[in-house]
Amino acid sequence: MSDYLALSDDILMKIEKPERYIGHEVNAVVKDKSKIRIRFAMCFPDVYEIGMSHLGIQILYDMFNSWEDVWCERVYSPWLDLDAIMRREHIPLFALESQDPIREFDFLGITIQYEMCYTNILQILDLAQIPINSADRTEEHPIVIGGGPCTYNPEPLADFFDIFYIGEGETQYRNLLNLYQDCREKKLGRTEFLRRAAKLPGMYVPAFYEVTYNDDQTIKSFLPTEEGIPATIRKEIEMNVSNTYYPLKPIVPFIKVTQDRVVLEIQRGCIRGCRFCQAGQLYRPVRERDAETLKIWAKQMLKNTGHEEISLSSLSSSDYSKLPELLDYLIEDCSKTHTNISLPSLRIDAFSLDVMGKVQDVRKSSLTFAPEAGSQRLRNVINKGLTEEVILKGAALAFEGGWTRVKLYFMLGLPTETPEDIRGIAELSNKIAATFFETVPKEKRVNGKVQIVASTSFFVPKPFTPFQWARQCTKEEFIEKAYLTRTAVSEQLNQKSIKYNWHEADVSVLEGILARGDRRLCEVIRRVYKEGSIYDAWGEYYDNERWMRVLTECGLSADFYAHRERSLDEILPWDFIDCGVTKEFLMREWEKAQREEISANCKKKCQACGAARFGGGICFESRPDEGLVTGGC
Amino acid sequence: MKLRLRFEKHGAVRYIGHLDVMRYFQKTIRRAEIDIAYTKGFSPHQIMTFAAPLGVGIESNGEYMDIEVHSMTTCEDIKNRINAASVPGIQIRSVRILPDTAENAMASVAAAEYTVSFKEGRAPSVDIAGAVEAFLQKKSVIITKATKKGTRDFDLRPGVYVLEWNGQNLHMLLNASSGNNIKPVQVMEAMLAEYDESLPENALFITREDVYTRAESEPDNLISLGDIGHHE
Repeated sequence: MSDYLALSDDILMKIEKPERYIGHEVNAVVKDKSKIRIRFAMCFPDVYEIGMSHLGIQILYDMFNSWEDVWCERVYSPWLDLDAIMRREHIPLFALESQDPIREFDFLGITIQYEMCYTNILQILDLAQIPINSADRTEEHPIVIGGGPCTYNPEPLADFFDIFYIGEGETQYRNLLNLYQDCREKKLGRTEFLRRAAKLPGMYVPAFYEVTYNDDQTIKSFLPTEEGIPATIRKEIEMNVSNTYYPLKPIVPFIKVTQDRVVLEIQRGCIRGCRFCQAGQLYRPVRERDAETLKIWAKQMLKNTGHEEISLSSLSSSDYSKLPELLDYLIEDCSKTHTNISLPSLRIDAFSLDVMGKVQDVRKSSLTFAPEAGSQRLRNVINKGLTEEVILKGAALAFEGGWTRVKLYFMLGLPTETPEDIRGIAELSNKIAATFFETVPKEKRVNGKVQIVASTSFFVPKPFTPFQWARQCTKEEFIEKAYLTRTAVSEQLNQKSIKYNWHEADVSVLEGILARGDRRLCEVIRRVYKEGSIYDAWGEYYDNERWMRVLTECGLSADFYAHRERSLDEILPWDFIDCGVTKEFLMREWEKAQREEISANCKKKCQACGAARFGGGICFESRPDEGLVTGGC
Repeated sequence: MKLRLRFEKHGAVRYIGHLDVMRYFQKTIRRAEIDIAYTKGFSPHQIMTFAAPLGVGIESNGEYMDIEVHSMTTCEDIKNRINAASVPGIQIRSVRILPDTAENAMASVAAAEYTVSFKEGRAPSVDIAGAVEAFLQKKSVIITKATKKGTRDFDLRPGVYVLEWNGQNLHMLLNASSGNNIKPVQVMEAMLAEYDESLPENALFITREDVYTRAESEPDNLISLGDIGHHE
């Protein structure tokens, strides 16, 4: 491996954590440039420690590099100290493996995981010396392609990307690269390549679509500008999750990153259908990975990384049907090698408590419940199938098992929420504390107390959820709700055992604006970036006043994007994407929510969401209550 | 059984800080499937001690790490396995079995040897040979050392055991014991201070060549940490 570094010794000695920028990590892939036809830079637009913790990029990195003609490298947002130096000294942004400038690559792929990274995307393009607007790029610039959950409404970023890849990366990238290679050989040029790419499944090329608006600012039409460009883009999905790409030799960073462990994705999708949750709709249908495959992967990844911990990853691990079998194996195997097991997203019940008791230090760990809403009424509205009885029973079991710390997650500002629902947050917290004192006799209480931490975030309506039409609260309403929660907590009998935390309200509103925004927001993002906004996801650098001012200057408003209920016949900016679940299904769920009716999960009863059209996963498994299911419902 | 591993650190990995090098070896030893011993308790960790932290940006030919193992093959095999699991910039040079009585690597450090040169364009204008000569003539060279509680005066001179200039590099052998550690840059700055010259920022390219301890039998003699113990 060459020791060439893009940054000088003087710079590396001056900046924080130079290890972020030097590459050379164990399992980083270095290839012989002379044998490579396509160079792909894969970017997570946030700092290294965050970006390196993202599984999706690791999967795609592994996939691209398994192809002989492709070299995929990584790039992350330079931290602010280096950002300033690179601007001052005109140092082009570079990839970690080769240290070569990104602008020399064929593709720059950017994963878009959260709305608050949008200004960092412009930072990446700008530092890479690639024109920020797709329209200004020429033959010499890389093709800029976006992926990840935010591409399910890519419109606020439409100006900045040449292509959005809608859906899971495993299925279409090879075809896209072949097309690129073919167009290059035939010297067809950038526009023609994009035109042809737009006809591949899952590819959205925003330049080939035109949006017109009604007088009330809503969308009048959203149409392709050319014959042959599809009007609807269906998401791509990997249906064979047990026989596909998975990074068995993940890169091992030198510095401690957020996810400093092996990540084993046990399934994709979620059966639950919580109505606020975007991931729960986007990744339908649930596809479980084969347990035997997972066991082999786990062993190999631990061996190839040397990590001391393995974490199971999924939206709801308890719903994985082979969980007991997989955990038995891991507990047995990991106990021999001093390897820890971390189990996020487990439902608290006798089984999970037993498992957690085996793999964690009970005294040090805390239990997490996510009731999301304080009252049963509101939990029915959001279809969160967690009842007070289940929570209190789980808590009692946990307290008997020695746990004394409980974390509770709630949302404020959910549709139909009343002050009564908010008080329910405090009351539920109080009941959990009371359960502790009832369950654990005085002489057995460690430190004599229980610690309940209740946290609230503010509800942000997201595309492709039943709440996509919902009105989002204003910042002032949010703050009032947080005060009401705090007051209600302070009135509880066990208030000394309850700690209450809440999130920033203004960021949630901006997140809501960007999540459901349209193309006109491109100008806002461009302007706030030019004025200096960057790292908005990092509270200390977020300038809400600037965002709101620029929004107004552009003739747009938070009222329009966030604080109004949309009518069911409005054309939504993301309507041209088909994510598998139908709009009819989402409407049904929105109406049921308002009637406070719940919907059974996919394992119990098919709700005919539309995801069965992908021809696999949970949609084609038998349900005990229904007998054999045919699929397609 | 205790093993002492001598390793080198070159190239881009010189920017990896000491704590991260420790983390790096914890994982590398697991990848190499070395039968290392762990501490007892609920969060066991590998029994591993490093001799002396190496500053960021400094290369080395002589770093040391002691580990305890339950079983082993041969020193050569351990070395090869770790190197196969390692990045090219960090390589084990030798592995030795320590006598049970040996002090651990950290406790026994007495001195460190360095090769120091000037980065391009950053050599001082003074005659270095003359400055070295003048420094060595002195009985004491007092500098102000920053400590946690403020500053204190510190005499460099007794801890500078060797200081030589060969026209390109300085060769230094300096006290590296806990509390009296001397950095090459401190010697360089003290030498230049005599001529009212200061060292430009980030002027030195430093390679640590080896780390030494004092033999119990002959406390006046420094011996390399790597010379303690035996091969098989």
